[in-house]
Amino acid sequence: MLSIKDLSVAFKTRKGEVNAVRGISLNVGKGETLGIVGESGSGKSVTSYALMRILDAGGEIRTGDVTYDGIDLRAASEKDMRDIRGREISMIFQNPRAALNPIRRVGHQVEDVLIRHAQATRQDAKAKAIAALEAVKINDAAARYEAYPFELSGGMCQRIVIAIALACKPRLLIADEPTTGLDITTQKAVMDLVGELAQERGMGMILITHDLGLASQYCDRIVVMKDGLIVEEGQPDKLFIDPQHPYTRKLVDATPRLGASIRNLLPPEARSPEPAHTVHTRPLLEVRDLVKIYPGKAGPVQAVKGISFDIKSGQSLGLVGESGSGKSTTSEMVVRLQDPTSGNILFDGHDIASTPSGRFMRHAARRDIQMVFQDATDSLNPRGTAASAIAEPLARIDRIRGAKLEARVSELADLVGLPQPLLSRFPHQLSGGQKARVGIARAIALEPKLLILDEPTAALDVSIQALVLNLLVDLRAQMGMSYLFVSHDLNVVRLLCDEVLVMKRGEIVDRGPTATVMDNPSHPYTRALIQAAPQPPEPVAA
Amino acid sequence: MVDMTTSQPARKGDTTLGHIAYVLKDNPVTMLAFAMLALFLGCAFFGPALVPYDPLATNASRALEAPSWDHWFGTDSLGRDVFSRVIVATRLDLTISVAAVALSFVIGSILGSIAGYWGGWLDAVLNRFLDTIMAFPLFVLAMGVVAALGNTVENIIYATAIINIPFYARLVRAEVNIRRNAGFAQAAKLAGNSDLRVLAVHIFPNALPPMMVQVSLNLGWAILNAAGLSFIGLGVRPPTPEWGIMVAEGANFIVSGEWWLAVFPGLWLMLAVFTFNLLGDGLRDIVDPRKRT
Repeated sequence: MLSIKDLSVAFKTRKGEVNAVRGISLNVGKGETLGIVGESGSGKSVTSYALMRILDAGGEIRTGDVTYDGIDLRAASEKDMRDIRGREISMIFQNPRAALNPIRRVGHQVEDVLIRHAQATRQDAKAKAIAALEAVKINDAAARYEAYPFELSGGMCQRIVIAIALACKPRLLIADEPTTGLDITTQKAVMDLVGELAQERGMGMILITHDLGLASQYCDRIVVMKDGLIVEEGQPDKLFIDPQHPYTRKLVDATPRLGASIRNLLPPEARSPEPAHTVHTRPLLEVRDLVKIYPGKAGPVQAVKGISFDIKSGQSLGLVGESGSGKSTTSEMVVRLQDPTSGNILFDGHDIASTPSGRFMRHAARRDIQMVFQDATDSLNPRGTAASAIAEPLARIDRIRGAKLEARVSELADLVGLPQPLLSRFPHQLSGGQKARVGIARAIALEPKLLILDEPTAALDVSIQALVLNLLVDLRAQMGMSYLFVSHDLNVVRLLCDEVLVMKRGEIVDRGPTATVMDNPSHPYTRALIQAAPQPPEPVAA
Repeated sequence: MVDMTTSQPARKGDTTLGHIAYVLKDNPVTMLAFAMLALFLGCAFFGPALVPYDPLATNASRALEAPSWDHWFGTDSLGRDVFSRVIVATRLDLTISVAAVALSFVIGSILGSIAGYWGGWLDAVLNRFLDTIMAFPLFVLAMGVVAALGNTVENIIYATAIINIPFYARLVRAEVNIRRNAGFAQAAKLAGNSDLRVLAVHIFPNALPPMMVQVSLNLGWAILNAAGLSFIGLGVRPPTPEWGIMVAEGANFIVSGEWWLAVFPGLWLMLAVFTFNLLGDGLRDIVDPRKRT
């Protein structure tokens, strides 16, 4: 139905021309789901933009043919393309909130596309829009029709986006990272829905994702892209079990999965034995009856409802939960960026919650509790170099200056595997993985006893995630730190943590040693989380 | 473990001077704006030494002469050389505008930072205060301030500063507010910085790029404002050369055909405002490290 032959796309930038896609060919059959898998910068999104002819300014298709159902999409006029977009080929974007107009009712946004493609008239548009919302299994669609995007959850917004994309019954759907940023159970619901609808309507689909596990679960065929080229193509099972290309092998290895140890994520040649870390019986952190209440417009909101837990010296505790579970609030209270409404936080036996967060920077325990933030880009001052970010805690708390400070910064850079020349760079000149390393170096600069890791790998490609996770394991063994690892990704928690807490709506619903909780989940919510996580097929041992 | 990306050593463009050179070279408009700024600054610093005549010296025998090789911009009703007066006036006009803008920049930044960072009642009070200022027609407010405080250069500066404060305060408030809970602000707190230091050292500098655009526009407005005050007789007093007064005095002679009296100071005023307005993008690019790619 869709065939791309030898497509190449180039972008003009200040540094000259960048070849984003360098001659790829692929086909999508009727009713087939094709997965395009690759890491950031592989050109997977650009490919889809090119075939829809919605490339950013400066982007240009250089060579190749794109044919959809006998129509040459490259030669088609802009007017024809407008008819094709939405009616024949539809697209779902990564961030559903950004894809919806924030000041229009969602129902009207569905109507727009129906009327644009003459699928509805003013009179019956509302009924058809509600039907389209019902088709994506939105409960009480007539009421949701009146809602604004901000009133809906992320998963609900993505359903609306899907409803808009599917309203005109297109024959090809392009889903560009449709579930990034959604909770794991929502991801499963959305993907199941899309898969079901595609099958029902005999619709072809291109699923663009960085998640090999997700692709293998929902696609009939997968192409793996790297640096603008297709490196491998095949059935999901075959690709996983017997990857031919070294890059595919690397991706498969780096995908966290059942039965793999943390070193298994690395390429075989980099697999040194995993260092052991010792867990002492002495509790380092004791949290007792911690409560956080926010004043909300509709009355106080209880974000954390009286939770208690311990972290032993040297132990890694995983804190798992979906958005709104209170896991971030809990970690911010422990790291003393927020004050609890009530409850105690004992660190090394001393109550640290009694010092307000505004004055905690002078507390003796400040140096011992540090944090690695979720978004490495956001956590680095855009006006400061990597070196200045790492030096900050050393200069402010340890009061070291000059050559001594410089020496310590470069020592830390070595420790986290950040090449020395990069220290003078600004955050925007660094890659995601490098920024994550800077964030980690800053957090361990004072050799803290407790390191809080708030989804440190959520924004990273899997191969970079594998490196960062292994770095964390090495540092833990080297420095004897305790970790509080906050994550929504159970597969990652399983690799890194000794014990795990599962949070839901401000309460701890399940806890215990990681293996017990994960392999024999007793609580239904834990079970639901584990089942929702995409499980890639087991590769054969390398 | 080795990173996938290759490491490159720091390049030449990474130094501040190199970056400024790059910004200037990258955009010819910016280059032009900075060249014109240099010209105006040259006039301001060395004007009295450069001009051919004493700007205050009268010569009744050569009054109201049209532009010629002797008097490039002609002479006024008292026989003073218009060119000399226009050039010498640069220092006064630039001083007023730069001082006024600097004052409103500092005060506006402090107010806006406090309001944006701490929020709450402080924010509400400051916002209503700024709204009150904005509710007046700004030029009338400036007239009132000068009329009440007295007709001096300092008071023109204060009046111009006061009417510009709300623009800075609002801009800074918004820029600080969106970064109040940014990861790097939180990380700075973990590194032992107090709230005040986080605000001053980490958050506020990030507001500088849009501030620079505001500064350059405001410099233009401030000159116009000062000239406007002088034009209606509030402000610099004759015989001090100042663009606004010169236009005001020259306006009387336009009907009788002596156009050069008003046109040349007006043209200079326009060029100055034009220069400052063009400067904005360049200044922003210079203070924005993200342009250093």
